[in-house]
Amino acid sequence: MKTNDVILQFTAKLVFFIIFLFSVHIFMAGHYTPGGGFVGGLLAASAIVLLILAFDLKTVQAGFPINYRIMTAIGLVLALGTAAFPMFDGKPFFTHYFDYFDLPFFGKTSLHTAMLFDAGVFLVVVGVTMTIIQSIGEDE
Amino acid sequence: MEIVMAFVIGFLFMAATYLMLSRSLLRIIIGTGLLSHGAHLLILTMGGLGGEAPPVLADGVEASQFADPLPQALILTAIVISFGVTAFILVLAYRAYQSLETDNTTLMKGSDDDAQ
Amino acid sequence: MNLIVAIFLPILAAFFIPLLYKRVKSLHTGWFVLLVPLSLFLFYTTFVKQVANGETFTSTFHWVESLQLSFISYIDGLSLLFSLLITGIGSLVVLYSIFYLDKSKEQLHNFYVYLLLFMSAMLGVVQSDHVITLYLFWELTSISSFLLIAYWFNRDASRFGALKSMMITVFGGLLMLGGFVLLSMMGDTYSIRELIAQAPQLAEHEYFTWALILVLFGAFTKSAQGPFYIWLPDAMEAPTPVSAYLHSATMVKAGIYLVARFTPIFASSELWIWLVTATGLFTLVWCSFFALKQTDLKGILAFSTVSQLGLIMALLGAGSMSYHVDGAAETVFKYAAFAAIFHLINHATFKGSLFMIVGIVDHETGTRDIKKLGGLMSIMPISFTVAMIGSLSMAGVPLFNGFLSKEMFLTAMLSITEFGLFSFDTFGVLFPIIAWIASVFTFAYSLYFVTHTFMGTYKPDALPKKAHEAPIGMLISPIVLAALVIVIFFIPNIVATYFIKPAVLAIQPFLYSDVSQIDVHISAWHGFTTELWMTLGIFVVGGLAVMTLKKWQHFYNRVPAGFNMLYDAAINVSDTGMNRLSRLYMTGSNQTYLLYMFASFVVLVIGTLFTQGGFTMSWAHTAPIRFYDLVLIAVLVSGTLIALVTKSRLTSIIGLGVVGYSVAMFFVIFNAPDLALTQLVIETISVALFLLCFYHLPKNSRKENRMRFQVPRFIISVAVGATVTLVAIAAQSQKMMTSISEYYKETVYSLAGGGNIVNVILVDYRGFDTLFEIAVLAIAGLGIFAMIKLRIGDKGKEKKQLENK
Repeated sequence: MKTNDVILQFTAKLVFFIIFLFSVHIFMAGHYTPGGGFVGGLLAASAIVLLILAFDLKTVQAGFPINYRIMTAIGLVLALGTAAFPMFDGKPFFTHYFDYFDLPFFGKTSLHTAMLFDAGVFLVVVGVTMTIIQSIGEDE
Repeated sequence: MEIVMAFVIGFLFMAATYLMLSRSLLRIIIGTGLLSHGAHLLILTMGGLGGEAPPVLADGVEASQFADPLPQALILTAIVISFGVTAFILVLAYRAYQSLETDNTTLMKGSDDDAQ
Repeated sequence: MNLIVAIFLPILAAFFIPLLYKRVKSLHTGWFVLLVPLSLFLFYTTFVKQVANGETFTSTFHWVESLQLSFISYIDGLSLLFSLLITGIGSLVVLYSIFYLDKSKEQLHNFYVYLLLFMSAMLGVVQSDHVITLYLFWELTSISSFLLIAYWFNRDASRFGALKSMMITVFGGLLMLGGFVLLSMMGDTYSIRELIAQAPQLAEHEYFTWALILVLFGAFTKSAQGPFYIWLPDAMEAPTPVSAYLHSATMVKAGIYLVARFTPIFASSELWIWLVTATGLFTLVWCSFFALKQTDLKGILAFSTVSQLGLIMALLGAGSMSYHVDGAAETVFKYAAFAAIFHLINHATFKGSLFMIVGIVDHETGTRDIKKLGGLMSIMPISFTVAMIGSLSMAGVPLFNGFLSKEMFLTAMLSITEFGLFSFDTFGVLFPIIAWIASVFTFAYSLYFVTHTFMGTYKPDALPKKAHEAPIGMLISPIVLAALVIVIFFIPNIVATYFIKPAVLAIQPFLYSDVSQIDVHISAWHGFTTELWMTLGIFVVGGLAVMTLKKWQHFYNRVPAGFNMLYDAAINVSDTGMNRLSRLYMTGSNQTYLLYMFASFVVLVIGTLFTQGGFTMSWAHTAPIRFYDLVLIAVLVSGTLIALVTKSRLTSIIGLGVVGYSVAMFFVIFNAPDLALTQLVIETISVALFLLCFYHLPKNSRKENRMRFQVPRFIISVAVGATVTLVAIAAQSQKMMTSISEYYKETVYSLAGGGNIVNVILVDYRGFDTLFEIAVLAIAGLGIFAMIKLRIGDKGKEKKQLENK
């Protein structure tokens, strides 16, 4: 079944970037306003799903040659590493550090190790969701 | 409102239980889906529904006005876990269907001494 | 601390064995293993001189201090003797196994790991001063014995024997634990030494008899005494080095050790003396009688081992009598415990060498069936000589150490009649008679063993392999043991000074306070005493019995296999009974199990609410009901109803979606923006997933069968729903304490540096939850990946479709 879906594909490309950027935004903002790793990750995954719907699995895979299982593993390691790091400093497991910095261009910004942990969550969520979808989609 | 919600949640649980006790795999999965929705609402209701503002620090909002953040955090964890579990059993059922060509749990067992 | 490390050294070494086995192919793994027992043996010999002077050594390692659980290694005469036996015989057995087990055919790493595990466990048993750790090591010996018996796990007989030994010894071990717990409750201490110190008070206690019986169960099952002997003949399926080590020289002597170690506590009891002595004698005569029935060489040795252990046991029982005799140190009762230890050493030497010879015969001829063997004397002269020495020692013939301890045994049994207490003066006369009969059989089977294997006619056609003498490496260990058999005969008193007397001091502290007080002197010649005439009688009658064996051996077939049948019946009944019981409720149907779960959920929750007074309802502090709340509820309920009643699969998926989205809307109106966002996205992806799976299914399955309305299902569903409603109302009505959320709200900015409390809880306050949650998520994802990508083909072959794309 070959259908002409140029419009869908074009819109999907456009919307993909919008959703993806929104997911990054919502992830970054998560510590102060609604959002965070989970939602961010899910949104990013759904952006990719949208592309898969508009094109097909092979095209999208060629566009993003990412092994999502490894992505999941990286996420887990990042989260665990952030949590375990303070132990080398003599502090209890899961101690977070944060401070405020005056960065050029961004202005007064807070940097927080919880962000790193959240990034781990983000990666795991994207990795797992995409693994599931890809596995089912590839199955004949 | 909490009392009304209690009955809604009870209804969700009832429907979920009824579906889970059926023999069709898809119904069982939909039953578990309903069950987790019910559980999420239950946690939320238990924490109280009277909050006037989201639990996010903002100017002009007192701490006493926040909705209870703890149940929300618990539910957020639960949502993601239930997504993982639902996806897992969904694929399990799909694969079982592919291999055994049935979605009836009694037939899957391979015998029919069960009267239901 | 050194002593504790020494106990655990074999286990630590075991970690490297698989590595060495994999890496070093050219050298037999056994050579590395040999270093462990050998170095430990040398380590323990350094203690001999000091212990012989009556010194003791302790070292403690606190394990779980709050439970008063610690490893206490206590070295006195008794434990040092056993440690030397374990490591000494262990070295010889490992050396022997290097030639016995082929490095290219056998799973050597398994074998040596089990063997080292056993070595640690056994050292732990004999050195522990703490009853609980003693029990732990005790069970570890059972487990390693199980693994070693089942080493050739492809054979049915091996698995059967392994299971049987495990069943019986673990059963006894558990009872023994009960005894230990009773003892430690009575004495308020776990230390054996402290328990011994309070022995007189313990004897007054009402649980004393129970503790005694339970501890004896452990000892008797482990040492295969009384009716429990049945596991040892079946354990002979183990490789011969294992039989020589565990099932003759060391593990089966753990029961002897236990009885010896607890003698100071229990000797005051009449029951103890009767049980230990009578069980020992019964086993001695019963198994020596049945040894003549066996046609398997290892079978003969197994029955012989059990009966010899019975002899030692009986001697220990008689030794306990000295507790009740005034001035026992001057009477003959001083002999009993002494003879027990002496025979223990002798038995280890001659029985070890005999087992190794059987292994050699098996290895070189391919069979252990005595009917096929014969006339090997000229082909295997060295093996024959060693076997002859071992057998004659076992038979109690002069010039070999077995003679000395056999004489002492007869002396001890004769003296029982003189013991005035506990009606031993009336029944006591039976004891020397039984002992004599048993000795006749012992003499007979010893000769039966050696003559039918090495003498008579050589039957080359019956043998699977062409017989020849074993390689020299295999012969070293039995020759060393056989040499000891002769050496001990000539220098028994040196052995007594260094090994026996310190051990006797540990068994009979109520009799002696110092080694120098033990004035037993072993001599081969006592003059023309009753014992000598008894021995001569044994030789004559026993010799006649062997010569006429062919004429009366068939009588054995008429004797039923009593205890074995009991065991088989018990296993059978429990097997089928349990099977039937579990089939009653394990129907194999999902619905039944779910029914159990839901029903117990309802009963437990309602029960708890009822007993805890959870039914007080209050309508206060509830949020107001708004119009759009009601609209949303209507949407949610109708979505549920659609999912519930529809026959079309697509519609039911959509129904579930409706419910999901309306839950998201609830999150919006109840001020939970994070939840609402997450729920919205998740619901979208979930529905996509459902449809994706649905899309892949064949068309004809897109309709469900009509669901028939079923009353029991409906009742359970309503009960579950009502329970949850009650819980929700009860939770709303009663606030027992202030929520921890207040703390989160106050500190979210100052301590955690965040503004979104929900997210801060997730990544900071309760980060552990999130960490494990993403772990679960990752596992689910990998599980799905595996389910789809890994297929087991029709022929059971894995078709891996795991190419990275």
